[in-house]
Amino acid sequence: MGVFKRASQGPLDYHRRLWLRLYVGLTFLAIYAPIITLIIFSFNDSRRNIVWRGFTTKYYWKAWNNDSLFEAFVNSLTIASVSTIVSTILGTMVALLLWRFRFPLKSAYEGLMALPIVVPEICMGVAMLAFFSRVTGFPTGWIWPFNLSAITAAHIAFSFPFVAIVVRSRLAGFNRELEEASKDLGASEWQTFWKVIFPFMKPGVIAGALLAFTLSLDDFVVTFFTSGPDTLTFPVKVYSMVRFSVTPEVNAASTVLVAITIIVTIIAMRFQSPEKMARG
Amino acid sequence: MSESIISIRNVTKTFGAVRAVNDVSIDIQANEFFALLGPSGCGKTTLLRMIAGFTNPSAGQILIDGQDMVAVPPNKRPVNMVFQSYAVFPHMSVEQNVAYGLQVVGTPAAEISTRVANALERVGLDELRTRMPGQLSGGQRQRVALARALVKQPKVLLLDEPLSALDAKLREQMQFELSQLQQDVGVTFIIVTHDQDEALSMADRIAVMQDGNVDQIAEPGALYEKPANRFVADFIGKVNLFDGEVSGTQAGKLTVETAVLGKVHLTHDGEAQHQVCLAIRPEKIRISKTKPDVEGHITTRGRITDWAYYGDCSHMFVETENATQSGAVRLGVVIQNDTRDAVDALDIGDDVHLFWSPDDMLVLND
Repeated sequence: MGVFKRASQGPLDYHRRLWLRLYVGLTFLAIYAPIITLIIFSFNDSRRNIVWRGFTTKYYWKAWNNDSLFEAFVNSLTIASVSTIVSTILGTMVALLLWRFRFPLKSAYEGLMALPIVVPEICMGVAMLAFFSRVTGFPTGWIWPFNLSAITAAHIAFSFPFVAIVVRSRLAGFNRELEEASKDLGASEWQTFWKVIFPFMKPGVIAGALLAFTLSLDDFVVTFFTSGPDTLTFPVKVYSMVRFSVTPEVNAASTVLVAITIIVTIIAMRFQSPEKMARG
Repeated sequence: MSESIISIRNVTKTFGAVRAVNDVSIDIQANEFFALLGPSGCGKTTLLRMIAGFTNPSAGQILIDGQDMVAVPPNKRPVNMVFQSYAVFPHMSVEQNVAYGLQVVGTPAAEISTRVANALERVGLDELRTRMPGQLSGGQRQRVALARALVKQPKVLLLDEPLSALDAKLREQMQFELSQLQQDVGVTFIIVTHDQDEALSMADRIAVMQDGNVDQIAEPGALYEKPANRFVADFIGKVNLFDGEVSGTQAGKLTVETAVLGKVHLTHDGEAQHQVCLAIRPEKIRISKTKPDVEGHITTRGRITDWAYYGDCSHMFVETENATQSGAVRLGVVIQNDTRDAVDALDIGDDVHLFWSPDDMLVLND
């Protein structure tokens, strides 16, 4: 009996149990196998892209030289950049307001602010469509990049609450005595904010900005409803390509998007990591 | 008084229905080491924060160096504070932390560097100037907070429970260092503390606070030996209290009837209510196994029930023999272990005689 007993299995050593390892493995497989397949088949030397016929990178070049795909990619980056800047500033200000001040209906306001996070994207998309076509006359016919303003506005609307939440949770760990110490040492309100409070918030602000960037870059549903024929974004364009056939070109384009998202997410997590929090 | 650096005049602070500070008046002299002492919630921190300017009084005046401070924001007051959490800026090095208060008011760079260097040297941190706060111990962080406040050359330095986060050994060391520092820099220190040892060992004068009121302002010795009332006697040090009724008074003499001690004759000048409280400090009680041959002392008998050995002294509880219906009375007694065999002389369960001079006994009004 003693032969089979493994050495010192503590009550919390779950990672040593075989069934649990299998379960975790299967879960990861289910989540990542499709993505890995997508990436592998982006290097497949076959138009039909069903059977593996050898390694090539030509579909990356093809995707790069596909003008409308490239234009969609530039659109996506433009929207994501503007949306990130605006939603970061807006979200940070909201976080400061909620952290700093007490005012009537504060909790109601807090709930309302977080609404874009919980409202189904499809509802938001339809609402945005109705709103822009009625109220602003759908600015998709304007000159570039202003034809993207409807999509950008929609992206800001659903990204800034995420920024606000990240920054707010960062601020929750702020020692108010630091602020008092700053004023006690002769600093004005403005100096205190930029020299003491903002450096403390910075990891949260950066993490929030990166989050807003990936949210905007990835978004399909809301964008689909707010884009016009000349204002396709990368995800929407990929979708329209898939409707004809799944070529390795689509795979290649998607792989690039996955790569960008992963890189930005890793940077965001770095800024939110506990050591960073403790040091900040 | 014109020479007082801080003058707190009839200051009241209410938070909603709660009176955190109730009509307090204190005058603090220049170069004084002043302590605000009291249990938590007595209003001492609120009072300190009002001096610093983080809270405004609901009523009354605070004058610093003769100037009314009520409308002056904290960044314009000639006082600096060492916070309980030290509040050292975590994203700045030791040097940057100390320089901060000078930079924000536009002090020339050359002056900043000499003043910062002086301040760091004074608190013994000159070798750690480039460290980040995360790499410092609690005691070192406190020194940063001290240097950061002193570099501003304030008229008054406010310290909010400065030693509460330090371990016992370091706390004792810092007590001496703070007193030394105060004498060196010649700045008025106001310290808030709930620790009587801290206040007694460092301060020139102490204000004892309770429920927003100042019960007594006195020098440490006077506070301990002549407490103004029952609360102060009980809060500062240990004390045995006996409730009694005054049964006779004549020129400087007082006869008090108590349940435990019987009739006690005391010298007492000043007011005495009908109901009074007699107090005797544990270290002033003498103890003996045999009946003491003393004239005019207050004596009682009892049995040792508890014993705590502290090396230099021993604390014990003696349950008195003539206990009343209300139950046995336990008296705290402290003896000095001033000879090596003192520790074996007495033990739990021993029947002992207690005696003390009536001159060491205090008459307290509630």
